[in-house]
Amino acid sequence: MSTVISAGTNEGGQELRSRSELTAKELFREVGSVLRLSEAEAAKLAEVQTEAPEDQTMIINMGPQHPSTHGVLRLMLELQGETVLRCKPIIGYLHTGMEKTGESLTYMQGGTNVTRMDYLSPLNNELVFSLAVEKLLGIDGDIPERAVWMRMLLSELNRMSSHLLFLATNGMDIGAVSMMLYGWREREEVLRFFQKVTGLRMNHNFIRPGGLAADLPAGWRDDVLEILENLPSRLEEYDILMTGQPIWRERLQGVGAITAREAMALGATGPILRSTGVPWDLRREMPYLRYDDVEFDVIVGEHGDAYDRYAIRFNEIRESMRIVYQILDRMPSGDYRIQNKKVTPPPRARIDESMEALIHHFKIFTEGFKVPEGEVYVGIESPRGEIGCYIVSDGSSTPYRMHMRAPSFVNIQALPHMMRGGLVADAVAVISSVDPVLGEVDR
Amino acid sequence: MSDGVETAEQTVATLHGCPLIDSHGQQVLLVPRESYVSVVKSLLVDGYDMCIDLTGIDYLNMPHRKVGAGVQPERFEVVVNLLSLTHRQRIRLRVQVPESDAVLPSLFDIHPGTEAHERETYDMFGITFDGHPDMTRILMPEDWHGHPLRKDYDQGSIPVQFKGSHS
Repeated sequence: MSTVISAGTNEGGQELRSRSELTAKELFREVGSVLRLSEAEAAKLAEVQTEAPEDQTMIINMGPQHPSTHGVLRLMLELQGETVLRCKPIIGYLHTGMEKTGESLTYMQGGTNVTRMDYLSPLNNELVFSLAVEKLLGIDGDIPERAVWMRMLLSELNRMSSHLLFLATNGMDIGAVSMMLYGWREREEVLRFFQKVTGLRMNHNFIRPGGLAADLPAGWRDDVLEILENLPSRLEEYDILMTGQPIWRERLQGVGAITAREAMALGATGPILRSTGVPWDLRREMPYLRYDDVEFDVIVGEHGDAYDRYAIRFNEIRESMRIVYQILDRMPSGDYRIQNKKVTPPPRARIDESMEALIHHFKIFTEGFKVPEGEVYVGIESPRGEIGCYIVSDGSSTPYRMHMRAPSFVNIQALPHMMRGGLVADAVAVISSVDPVLGEVDR
Repeated sequence: MSDGVETAEQTVATLHGCPLIDSHGQQVLLVPRESYVSVVKSLLVDGYDMCIDLTGIDYLNMPHRKVGAGVQPERFEVVVNLLSLTHRQRIRLRVQVPESDAVLPSLFDIHPGTEAHERETYDMFGITFDGHPDMTRILMPEDWHGHPLRKDYDQGSIPVQFKGSHS
């Protein structure tokens, strides 16, 4: 460690500070003016706060080892009785420096790194990384049609598996434990298909710059059709089990409500933004791949509460199925990766015949391919919101800087606003409805 | 790799007094530090109502890079991605931050959603944001030394010891 910079290290704790340590201004800021509230609204909120004397409130930790905080999310809650007055998410328990690691991996290896960030939708991570690299290489317009449609197929199936897991964890958090088993079961069927295609259930590294790692295996169409045919009747069942059920509605409706203005100010995207009535889905608004060629509806809520977020994800499974049906109809034949000697390794058969092919293959896998100098940002719609990849290249074969805009990282900022004034029992429902993946929060 | 005279070939236009360049078909606005907050405010009026992302870069190993439009490169750069829901457009702001004075005003009062991003940028690069309500580390432990994503921060390695291995 030659040049460790020890500038400013102990600026203060990350924890939620008690009321007596805070100045009125800090408290006020934390409470009201964080959002673009009017003076009157903010003042009203501050009044609520000053009503609670210190000896009546209690700061408790929820997590990091709490089964319903979805991994290692730690929340510090200030409670008055059962009511949550303030809340602060404390993160970083899963931080492994993946952005730093990404700087020493070639563009070829980068996929293995990013796929581990949002481990519930790994294919979307790989997709956004690949799209960014392709844009830097200037080959984003030359990707073969089949590769584009295969990417869409995998991305939509991944959205389904992610939302099915949301149904499972949401069910478990609210107390519908049977839903947990059903959700995991359905997700497993999608994962089984992924295993057949990519060789792995998760962390595939299948979508790579230039295309995909391999073509779809024989019989893939039947496997997808089987998933699509089994699912509707089961979704009906879950609809009966949960959507109309009075206990379920009581637990979720009006819980963790957030307005469109708040969601936009906090940068929340995905189902959280859509639950407030903003019809923003990057697949529709800024189409990538061939999403402008398929028909689907953007599901929008109205109240911005946990129930709307549940209903949006539930119905997005159905919309994804609709898209997958169209992909099955229109899947073109052709190459599954670009035939660009710079990016694509030569086919296996050529290596046996040609010395040049062998050298070329070796160089691509050891040195990697060089990417022209430049910087680019690409954002796509992951199941949790906008996942973005910002890459700066210095012209070498590893990124100079690789930054992922993780949707969960931004979305959990909305937690304190969703929880304020709610019950501590609802906190679990609120965390669950945001559906954070701590792997990508901490990276 | 000479820090030569910048040509104006890249300059497309100016927006709010800042050069607007094109990077792979994406709009990039090169904003000086002094007008950073006011430009973000003007862009908010223009309809860029969401701040999607804010991050930093340490250009220590690329001191002679060309930023474009004659902008003097500095060691650090803060990159802000703004999104307009109404116009379906993105714009990227790049602000040069000198090493000697790595401070930038906070966007917290305009876009509260940058709170976590600015903390992350501080944590990883040591760029402080003036006016941020809670300028603490977010991903690293609070007693951590150094800022890991800086280029002069050694990655280091911990020798792995295997049980029963030779040597």
